Amino acid sequence: MTNSIIHIFLALVMPPLLLGVIGKTKAAFAGRVGAPFLQPYYDIIRLLQKGTVFSTTTSWVFRAGPIVALATAAVAALLVPFGAHPSPISFDGDMILYAYLFALGRFFTMAAALDTGSSFEGMGSAREATYSCLAEPTLFFALITLSRLSGSYSLTGMLSNVSGGAWLYAGASLLLLIGGMFIVLLAENCRIPFDDPNTHLELTMIHEVMVLDHSGPAFGIIQYAASLKLFVLGAFFIQLALPFATGNPIPDWGIFIVSMLLLAVLIGIVESVMARLRLVRVPQLLVAATILAAFSTLLVIR
Amino acid sequence: MSFRMKTFHNGASFLRSEIPQPDNDTFFQGILDSITAGWRACSYFGVPNSAGATLYCVMSDRAGSGTLGIVSTVVGRSFPSLASVCPQLHLFEREIAEQCLVRPEGHPWFKPVRFQKPLCDGEGFWKDTDGGGLLPAVMDFYRVEGDEVHEVAVGPVHAGIIEPGHFRFQCHGEEVFHLEIALGFQHRGIERALIGGPTPRTMHQMETIAGDTTIGHGQAHCMIMETLGGIFASPRAETVRGIALELERLANHTGDLGAIAGDVGYLPTASFCGRIRGDFLNMTALICGSRFGRGLLKPGGIGYDCDQAIADELYTRLQAAREDLAGAVALLWNTPSVMARLEDIGIVSETDAREIGLVGPAARACGLNRDVRRDHPFGIFRMSQIPVITTSTCDVAARTLLRWLEAERSMDFIDEQIRHLPRGGCLNQPKGVASDSCAVALTEGWRGEICHVALTDDRGRFERYKIVDPSFHNWNGLGLALRDQQISDFPLCNKSFNLSYCGFDL
Repeated sequence: MTNSIIHIFLALVMPPLLLGVIGKTKAAFAGRVGAPFLQPYYDIIRLLQKGTVFSTTTSWVFRAGPIVALATAAVAALLVPFGAHPSPISFDGDMILYAYLFALGRFFTMAAALDTGSSFEGMGSAREATYSCLAEPTLFFALITLSRLSGSYSLTGMLSNVSGGAWLYAGASLLLLIGGMFIVLLAENCRIPFDDPNTHLELTMIHEVMVLDHSGPAFGIIQYAASLKLFVLGAFFIQLALPFATGNPIPDWGIFIVSMLLLAVLIGIVESVMARLRLVRVPQLLVAATILAAFSTLLVIR
Repeated sequence: MSFRMKTFHNGASFLRSEIPQPDNDTFFQGILDSITAGWRACSYFGVPNSAGATLYCVMSDRAGSGTLGIVSTVVGRSFPSLASVCPQLHLFEREIAEQCLVRPEGHPWFKPVRFQKPLCDGEGFWKDTDGGGLLPAVMDFYRVEGDEVHEVAVGPVHAGIIEPGHFRFQCHGEEVFHLEIALGFQHRGIERALIGGPTPRTMHQMETIAGDTTIGHGQAHCMIMETLGGIFASPRAETVRGIALELERLANHTGDLGAIAGDVGYLPTASFCGRIRGDFLNMTALICGSRFGRGLLKPGGIGYDCDQAIADELYTRLQAAREDLAGAVALLWNTPSVMARLEDIGIVSETDAREIGLVGPAARACGLNRDVRRDHPFGIFRMSQIPVITTSTCDVAARTLLRWLEAERSMDFIDEQIRHLPRGGCLNQPKGVASDSCAVALTEGWRGEICHVALTDDRGRFERYKIVDPSFHNWNGLGLALRDQQISDFPLCNKSFNLSYCGFDL
């Protein structure tokens, strides 16, 4: 019970901190002081206090976009285990729900973008649809591999099986999986090299361009949902890459929090040392991620 | 009647009666022949009168001769368009139509340029359907028809902190078939305001034609006033002007390098260059107190002397800035993901560049060897030359590399000049302005060739003062660079040209 409360508390409170850490890391590489760690929280609070403008050409779909995005990310947060602790909700086959919750959120974000009738947002939706199609197989190959390794069909069962021991007998497979999943993590969360969350150039954006017409609280919800998505996918990735556990609940929560912060630093470093890809190159990298994940599956089912 | 141009060197003035005025056929055939022979139009404009207009064409010979030529003709309400055979004239002809109300017959792309009022009384060729004034970007855009073709309109209000301009893309998915650019939002009527000048405000107007090219345009205007007034700037003044011009180039090239890095999402260079640009601007401020060089140039010399203490400080700061810039820019070349992003994007072929008459870094990145500082030397560049750099891949990477190489040469130049500042006065008081004269001045601003032409009346007042900003030549280059490119590459291509909106709009 206590672990479930801590789980929910972390899922609600911690996500924007990751964005703050990424921002600080990038600032350090650029030789700047950077915005405070808590800046994303201030931004979200500021947005929530503002008024919202809804275009008269939009329908309920436009208003539903941010809310569905937040709701799906929040439910997904309940399905994924944080560190060594099992998730609050777990059942056989929840991995399919986990994968398609994100798809549902994405569908509504794209529908809301198309609802505005703006040419930019149409382009953004087209890009998002294309790239998410290409990212999906990687996630499923990862789930198949993990399911095969653990013999379980729930995320908690699958991920708690990954430990030092699993690395000994399926290390090559897990290594390939980590490579593929990190690429998907960056792509799904619109980080460099796929998308530049800081750009102001509407013609080059993918995710940001879809939410150009949202403002005030709706936009605040979108930002929070995006950070929550990063957190949930990050938690999945961390459990693969750093499966350390002491068996004692309190240090395990500490390990989880530190691992998540390290992940944020890693993303910040990637964003600082490389440029964005040309959009035509993005599918190639996503296909590469799929191939990595497919090979990891091959290795465990042979 | 045979075609003959009045030939002269950069910064010269002569009586207007010396400008040959052949009949129309000879004039247009002559221009056509000259362009075929390798001449290039620097400026082509009209002076309206009650029955039509007098057209003047200023042309530049091939590199090496240092010769400029001018010729004019009187036309009625229309004149034959040369744009379909000489694309470099196409925008000039539209401008003549808009300013002087004479129609270029057979113009293939007859649309407004700046949506401005004509310089003379009468009805313009274009009217607003609402009956109000002519509004920028309210016109028929070129359209590609088809089920899978879609149109994207960007601007005039952009997400970035840049000037207003409207861009229409005809796209097939992510691929751009055609880009049409509509400007004019920044039209302030500078050329109209200059008629009847010079006044004490003229110099300030010149400095704000394009705020980031204060020295470039200022220098051109000073050359005009000096040649019309029969005075010279002292060697000391010319040297300081040269240093200021190169500092302006350095600041803007540095800013562009940073902006290009920022557009591809490469933060370190973007952040460093933003600061180093400030360092160069502050060096200009060290000389004259203004980061953009306002008030530094005056007809006859310079408004602020550069004493030994300033020169020493400038030298020290330049060394530091050079080191910082070299380090920041080296990161670009050493990062494969950045180079992959810049290469093979936004290519303008050398042939196209020559035909549409690109100038400045945009032309040199296409392998065209043209630079006013060498071809038509002015001021300090008559004594001390800066090597001209060209690159040949014609893409964004070429324009990026060229900026860095030019910045290096500019730093070498300042380095040398600041240590050997000639002694002497700073300002020779200008005398009156010669009447019934014509003066032409070309300078190489950081964007390329700036051309000012002044025609004075019998009282020594400007009857027409024609300004051509390099952006006027180059905007079409951006449109061509986008052909068959990804629409997501537009911001990057746009940055690699970094053209002026207000310099175009005047």
